Amino acid sequence: MDTREKDIEKLKDYKYGFTTDIENIRAPKGLNEDVIKFISNIKKEPQWMLDFRLKAYERLKSLKEPNWQKPKYPKIDYQDLYYYSAPKSMGDKPKSLDELDPKLLETYKKLGIPLQEQARLNGIAVDAVFDSVSVATTFKGELTKHGIIFCSMSEAIQKYPDLVKRYLGTVIPVTDHFFATLNSAVFTDGSFVYIPEGVKCPMELSTYFRINASETGQFERTLIIADKGSYVSYLEGCTAPMRDENQLHAANVELIALDDAEIKYSTVQNWYPGDENGKGGIYNFVTKRGLCKGTNSKISWTQVETGSAITWKYPSCILKGDNSIGEFYSIAITNNHQKADTGTKMIHLGKNTKSKIISKGISAGFSDMTYRGLVDINSKAKNSSNYTQCDSLLMGNKCGAHTVPYIKNKNFDSNIAHEATTSKISEEQLHYCQQRGLNPEEAVGLIVNGFCKEVLQQLPMEFAVEAQKLVGISLEGSVG
Amino acid sequence: MSEQLQSDFDKIVKTSNLSNEEIRFKKIFLDNFKKKGFPNRKQEDWKFLDISQIIKKNISDLSFFNDYSQSNKIDPSIFVDGLEHNKIIFINGRIEKIDFNLEDQNKIEIIDETKKDISFDCENSLIDLNSAFTDKIFKILIKKNYSLKKPLIIYHSTDDKIKSTNINLRLDFELGENSCLKLIDYFSNNTAKNFINIFYNFNLESNSILKNYKIDKFRNNNLKYSFNNIEQNNNSVSETFILSAGSDYIKNEINCNLNGEYSSAFINGIFSLKENQQHEIRTTINHLVENTKSYQLIKSVLGKNSKSVYQGRIFVSSKAQKTDGYQLSKAILLDETSEFNAKPELEIYADDVKCSHGSASGSLNEDSIFYLMSRGLSYQQSKELLINGFLLNVIEKITDSEIRNLIKNIIGVKE
Repeated sequence: MDTREKDIEKLKDYKYGFTTDIENIRAPKGLNEDVIKFISNIKKEPQWMLDFRLKAYERLKSLKEPNWQKPKYPKIDYQDLYYYSAPKSMGDKPKSLDELDPKLLETYKKLGIPLQEQARLNGIAVDAVFDSVSVATTFKGELTKHGIIFCSMSEAIQKYPDLVKRYLGTVIPVTDHFFATLNSAVFTDGSFVYIPEGVKCPMELSTYFRINASETGQFERTLIIADKGSYVSYLEGCTAPMRDENQLHAANVELIALDDAEIKYSTVQNWYPGDENGKGGIYNFVTKRGLCKGTNSKISWTQVETGSAITWKYPSCILKGDNSIGEFYSIAITNNHQKADTGTKMIHLGKNTKSKIISKGISAGFSDMTYRGLVDINSKAKNSSNYTQCDSLLMGNKCGAHTVPYIKNKNFDSNIAHEATTSKISEEQLHYCQQRGLNPEEAVGLIVNGFCKEVLQQLPMEFAVEAQKLVGISLEGSVG
Repeated sequence: MSEQLQSDFDKIVKTSNLSNEEIRFKKIFLDNFKKKGFPNRKQEDWKFLDISQIIKKNISDLSFFNDYSQSNKIDPSIFVDGLEHNKIIFINGRIEKIDFNLEDQNKIEIIDETKKDISFDCENSLIDLNSAFTDKIFKILIKKNYSLKKPLIIYHSTDDKIKSTNINLRLDFELGENSCLKLIDYFSNNTAKNFINIFYNFNLESNSILKNYKIDKFRNNNLKYSFNNIEQNNNSVSETFILSAGSDYIKNEINCNLNGEYSSAFINGIFSLKENQQHEIRTTINHLVENTKSYQLIKSVLGKNSKSVYQGRIFVSSKAQKTDGYQLSKAILLDETSEFNAKPELEIYADDVKCSHGSASGSLNEDSIFYLMSRGLSYQQSKELLINGFLLNVIEKITDSEIRNLIKNIIGVKE
């Protein structure tokens, strides 16, 4: 067995499927004003934050759960969920990593994120979110030197209320759609990043999300602000234990890029996808939206979606500033009974705005994959352009691949081009690879990696390796 | 509106001599329509152009009553010159004449289906409206192995006797094995502000060929909806060409079920729009068995304040291996107020298929204009030449040379 095969063998089952036995503090079950007050209280939030939550909750009451999406799911009983769950030892936030519950450290070690070591090694600054709360952030010292703020959302609310107040909810308002508003009402933690004017963040920032407790929803909220002329690359990874019930993950991510700023946001999403028969798994209903507020700003989304029972998200860019650029690179892989309805929205408002969408969808087994996207060029967005390419690859005739682009062009100076293809791995390609000594599985892995290359290239180095492996593993057993 | 519907319906029952059975059928459709109402933007298929709003805005008091007891005078000046053809003349909601004099009478049968159960299973409330208020329903049957010698032109005409009225037409066509029909829909509406609702149901037996050309060229203020349902058997071919240019609003909807192997469907369309026109083409091609093919090409030229919408859907069932599906929509926006919307959709459940779509929109290429002007053409001439070339490409897809030339003349494109 060569190393690759060993890798696959080792990872054949969902390797992040373990649970950590750790004591939790939970809010009472259900969704009501008291629970929201409980969350706000336990986090010692100021009044304005509580008002923000209550306003969202008020709005939520009048909203209906959307149901236009392709993957249907059984009705979620929102009263039967815990909206807050935190490791008990986090009651008083530890001052340094040494004070962290050893079990937590162990968990992150298993996930391949040894927080302690990372504090020493030169690499990536990590903010780890366990269930609903942020447990550790590494590399604080180095970042503070540059004036970069990278901390948990709760900490930011306490320490930098002005920044949070100014930007929170400006891209995803509390009056948005059902899941986003739910998040605004009950979000528990998340990451906060502020890059000051003219600073180029010297390292990759990363958050690792982990759902551990059962019957909980994870509602984190991330806010990234890149001030004038700054640059940041941010990575997000996610895992969850194997459980029979479906768990809800409804996060909000807001990005704001001011003049000449650039944000690069990469996600490797590997939530528990459920077992082969489609039992269990995460419902990944996330709202991600970036606002290119200033001129010459740029936001780039890269996502590798391999996990979750149902993925339903559209990372979007609002190109408000003149000359701003929005990019979206996506690989979505569904196997077994997984379902995905994902894509992007590019809303061109400013002059000379440009957007690019590259989407690669691969479906195998009994899965169903939909690319749904919107390109909307406003009448004022003179001289804008969009290029969209979405390719789907089908493996077997029990799965589905769908493309639903919405194209709206209201400006005669602007150009939109859209292309989509659907195909399968051709016999010739397989034959060619096998002739050169690869087994069918390796051949498929190679071809799929080639198919995804345009997107994989966009990922930071460390992630690209992981993502490439994931691509191979996710399709395990789908050939033949 | 519900009361208006009921009272107009009662009036029709009074003025025309319908059998109890017919009234019973129509009543069911009426109730269905009353329940659903006109489609609106909340329905995905009507997202871009909301017909209930458009009707409200353009026709303040839409009447559903149409006096079918009075016949209408046929004005021969509307007839197409220079092309021998069969005629169906449809004036003010009444079929006044069906004329197949140029054909072998034994090979064509015209069946009055008015008294039959003509229900058609679909969600679309406009089909209910059509079934509730339409006058006569005929089925035109082309017998086995017969190809019509001359094309059939259906003249859709309204005169100033009729205003703010809902007009409905339903025709069924059955093409026997190895038969061929060329059908031209020719719209010449002089009156304003009627809502015209047309429903054709085609059944193509194996090896049959249907060519349908819809020509809505002359500027008028009517709102139109046209729905073609096409069922195709083995080796059958359907070709649809749509010229969408005349009416204030027109939505052409085509649903094509490829039920037989080696059947194929071709849809080509041109939008040529000016002030305040809002047109839409929506197609659904269902590839249901192996080895079927579809091809769609839609081009728009959009002037001031106009809006065109193309919603195309290719569905490939898990049985339909070896499907070949293609879809392309292109638009030229000539003014800052023009708007193009597209939703080219692929829904695929089989893996051995070749499906792709493309969509592009933008203004005329400045470099091309520069090239032509540097060779002595004026700006206006260059623009016209480029648009001419842009549209010619669609017209060349028309397989019947006689009709191709006719349409070329009507649109005014040169080779």
